[in-house]
Amino acid sequence: MDITSLSAVEMRDKLLSGEISCREIVKAHIDNIEKMEPEINAFITLTKEEALERADRIDEKIRNKEEVGLLAGIPVAVKDNISTKGVRTTCASKMLENYIPPYDATVVERIIEEDGIIIGKTNMDEFAMGSSTETSYFGPTRNPIDTTRVPGGSSGGSAAAVRAKEAAIALGTDTGGSIREPASFCGVVGIKPTYGLVSRYGVVPMANSLDQVGSFGRNVSDAALLLQAIAGHDPKDSTSMDLDVVDYLAHIEDGIKGMKIGVPKEYMEIEIDKSLKDKILDAINILKDLGAELVEVSLPNLKYALPDYYIISTSELSSNLSRFDGIRYGYRTENYSSLDELYKKSRSEAFGEEVKRRIMLGTYSLSKGHADEYYKKALKIRTLIKNDFDKAFEKADVLVGPTTPTLPFKIGEITDPVTMYKSDSFTVAINLAGVCALSMPCGYVDGFPVGLQMIGDRFKEINILKAAYALEKNLGGVR
Amino acid sequence: MVSKEDVYHIADLAKLDFSHEELEKFTDEFSKILEYVGQLKELDTEGVEPTYNISSKVQPLREDVVMPSLPKEEVLKNAPEEQYGYFKLPRIMD
Repeated sequence: MDITSLSAVEMRDKLLSGEISCREIVKAHIDNIEKMEPEINAFITLTKEEALERADRIDEKIRNKEEVGLLAGIPVAVKDNISTKGVRTTCASKMLENYIPPYDATVVERIIEEDGIIIGKTNMDEFAMGSSTETSYFGPTRNPIDTTRVPGGSSGGSAAAVRAKEAAIALGTDTGGSIREPASFCGVVGIKPTYGLVSRYGVVPMANSLDQVGSFGRNVSDAALLLQAIAGHDPKDSTSMDLDVVDYLAHIEDGIKGMKIGVPKEYMEIEIDKSLKDKILDAINILKDLGAELVEVSLPNLKYALPDYYIISTSELSSNLSRFDGIRYGYRTENYSSLDELYKKSRSEAFGEEVKRRIMLGTYSLSKGHADEYYKKALKIRTLIKNDFDKAFEKADVLVGPTTPTLPFKIGEITDPVTMYKSDSFTVAINLAGVCALSMPCGYVDGFPVGLQMIGDRFKEINILKAAYALEKNLGGVR
Repeated sequence: MVSKEDVYHIADLAKLDFSHEELEKFTDEFSKILEYVGQLKELDTEGVEPTYNISSKVQPLREDVVMPSLPKEEVLKNAPEEQYGYFKLPRIMD
């Protein structure tokens, strides 16, 4: 039996039935990591020893017939912008190359409480700024489907690790598409939860009003399982909502008879390869055949979402990244004669090009004389986009559309910043509106996966999970 | 359009340094990005309230009780330079 080919749910079942041990699960993944990593580069830091030690403790728990958690024995990869106590957390930047957090993020605490096994920290675009994982200080991650291509980004390492069976499930973060776009490019499932469902405590912030932690899996149930483990209120994050979390796995198989599915017409107007569009339309027809009712909806301000996102996200991140001053933690330049020089040289030597570009745009948008014209204006347009989604969800339970405008592109192919930003054309509006969405593979074109995006209203993750699960079952194993 | 002087001023506000060549390249890219985001100006937003954060409800506050915090040694471990239990900085006054 190839343990790494099992789903996360199957691994846990076989562990509990005594068919395999946790050590065997972890060992099989470590062996596969050693085989794949020289080519894929999905990880920045591996925690093999700790993972094996934890595996032995889980095996002991099972021998002693103690109760085990939701993620018992499952190898989990964690994006490297999520704090792990005693394990360096770099954000794929020279700035934090040697930073070792003295505490765990709440999502990491929850994984450990649920007996999940953290196997390593994954590669990403520097400070989560990018759509290809090419801006990492530690070199690009390669797409396991075709290693000349990008895995998407910014959570490209997590998506690639799950696709390459180096981990069963993984955590990512999504500010404008950073879970969904790599999920699409690597042919896996990625969930961006509603803003406020999952704690952001201990996650290095990019744009506070848009960031959310989410999950990857090779199927819908696996991704839902990890979401279940991390969802819920955290007193340490005042933006996390105090609501009862739905039991996703108990309802995921409920079916979609009578579910209202909307296809926003503006989604089909954004430039996209025709072969991708056909796959999306095929999937929509399957949903209809499964008993969903198709309804017409409109998001009139969708075309402003991308520029709006770039103003708001860069404004927030330029303020956020001012914490990297070379004084309390992170990189400090060797030669300086004044405090101002210490700041400027430390930041300029340690931040990469894209990070600097975005800090500059954000600083400009917030600066005297431009704040009303750019930042304030963008916040007002955000209201219009949010209202569009609110109206659409009065008519539909789930919205569907593409995740990305293209198939995975070649490493080094896109050099113009604005062209790269357009990779997120279909995803950023979801973060601006604070709703939830997932991407799942709905077919292949030229051997590359096509991502279908399902969007749900705030805290209605269960709707998109039900629809995605039903579609996945009826696509007959796209993978 | 932005000038090189504008870009230089923004870099100073953001505490970033650019070489002469970097500044040239940057000014060009920056103009293109601003042109792209400039399309927002065509939309009428008269009377629209800004959305800073999506949460409609009041943010839940926790009780103000004293809880253990991280030990000072742990916090200082990541500092590039420290002395006498403090972060060390260059002299800022003559």
